[in-house]
Amino acid sequence: MKINVDRERCVGAGQCVLAAAGVFDQSREDGLVELLSAEPPQELHAAVTEAELICPSGAIEIQP
Amino acid sequence: MTGLNDIVVVGAGAAGATTAETLRRQGYDGRLTLLGAEPHLPYDRPPLSKQILTGHWEPDRIRLRAPEAYDRLGIDLRLGIPATRLDRTGRAVELADGSRLRADAVVVATGVRPRRLPGREGADRCGEPAGVYVLRTLDDALRLHAALAGGPRLVVAGAGLLGTEAAVAARRLGADVTLVCPARVPLLDLLGPHAAGLVAATHRGLGLRVRRDRVTAVTTARGAVTGVRLSDGSRLDADLVLVATGSVPCTDWLRGSGVSVEDGVVCDLLSAAGPGVWAAGDVANRPDPRTGRRGRWEHRTHAAEQAMAVARNLLAGTAARPFAPLPSFWTDQHDLKIQVFGDLAGTDRCHIAEGSPAEGRFTALYGAGDHVRGAVAVNMPRQAQRLRTLVETRAAWTDRPPQPTPLGAADT
Ligand SMILES: Cc1cc2nc3c(=O)[nH]c(=O)nc-3n(C[C@H](O)[C@H](O)[C@H](O)COP(=O)(O)OP(=O)(O)OC[C@H]3O[C@@H](n4cnc5c(N)ncnc54)[C@H](O)[C@@H]3O)c2cc1C
Ligand code: SF4
Repeated sequence: MKINVDRERCVGAGQCVLAAAGVFDQSREDGLVELLSAEPPQELHAAVTEAELICPSGAIEIQP
Repeated sequence: MTGLNDIVVVGAGAAGATTAETLRRQGYDGRLTLLGAEPHLPYDRPPLSKQILTGHWEPDRIRLRAPEAYDRLGIDLRLGIPATRLDRTGRAVELADGSRLRADAVVVATGVRPRRLPGREGADRCGEPAGVYVLRTLDDALRLHAALAGGPRLVVAGAGLLGTEAAVAARRLGADVTLVCPARVPLLDLLGPHAAGLVAATHRGLGLRVRRDRVTAVTTARGAVTGVRLSDGSRLDADLVLVATGSVPCTDWLRGSGVSVEDGVVCDLLSAAGPGVWAAGDVANRPDPRTGRRGRWEHRTHAAEQAMAVARNLLAGTAARPFAPLPSFWTDQHDLKIQVFGDLAGTDRCHIAEGSPAEGRFTALYGAGDHVRGAVAVNMPRQAQRLRTLVETRAAWTDRPPQPTPLGAADT
């Protein structure tokens, strides 16, 4: 699994951080998404998928 | 999951697309059809009144998923063909092109359409005089954007989230904008006094006029708009009118189906609307287990959350779980990014937790009956998440964070 985030689309809603805190964070300056780990370990995949689904702006993209 | 071979999701917006995707991710491997009345691939609506209306973003950018994603997920996406009837006894959905789809389960995710001005409820788009606009779809947004060229005089009827955001966008494009707002201050009930005050100041700074009144009619000459009439009897001249006075659920196609409809599809705590029928998103009227009140929520995050809950419950059989989301939405008002959690209505106390309204950045908690009920964050998206938990757990008012701390220090 490989994750891409598009900060230009992110609206800073923070849903991704709620779903998968170890993988996503929000930047201190603008609150937009920051990727902590682009290729997270297997045990986080379910949480990351949840984040992708719940992100309101479609800013998170997962390549299988 | 037994006995389910055909699921039809009607409505290809955020709720519909998320339902379909979640069904697959949860392991459903039967036939799955996603029906959309609009010709476009599923897209995100919030940018319509923001980056799309100002022209900063190309329409491609708001697609929810890449075009090939639907094939990859085995979703039969049918666009541009509305559903016209639900036949519950025959377990089928009928489409405008005369075809009939078998459906063991149906998810209603048809959203809402803009309410028209009084006396014009029946009018379709072609029936409106030139210059009257609504804003719900991508096509609406592109049309309005095009009409805003050349600095026209625009009257926005209605000052909710949609009306205010569109007014800001139009002003930034150089239009002469009057926002007609029946309330004392736009968005006061939704955002609370501090954030609504900042929004009002921002509107003034942009040269946006706010008129406290109600639009009762559009005046026309030779089939084109000349202005609006207000409830105090006066008139405002205008070249364009944006009607942003709320919305009506898209449930016409359910007429005669036996599905209970009352301001949306009436569903239960599981988001079910009867055997084999489910509802998600703006169209769903559901009880809120947190407050006991029933209603529809028109917020983007809610649409996705309910869609995920519906997909899971649909497959879960007796293990279905009540859907109990926390209300949350955001709005962009020029350079203010505002997030709200919970419900500020009926709250009687407020506490600024970080920053200050004067600096244009703050977080605030709102409470009632000694409990935290809502939180607002302006230009502090990261800090907003911390307050969320206090609202979610209905923390005791006395457990709220201490006094305001200087910005830098609080931001760890
Ligand atoms: C301009 C605008 C700005 C917004 N900004 C924000 C914001 O900043 N923050 C926020 O939280 N929320 C915002 N919202 C609200 C948010 O976009 C909605 O809550 C969300 O889009 C609801 O998704 P939905 O899938 O339920 O409905 P929709 O997105 O409306 O999708 C329903 C789809 O069903 C289709 N349909 C209708 N009838 C039929 C039929 N008979 N057959 C087939 N298809 C049918 C419709 O064409 C539509 O495409 C905004 C909304 C708008 C319009
Ligand atoms: S959920 Fe999406 S929009 Fe929200 S912060 Fe994460 S990436 Fe950004």
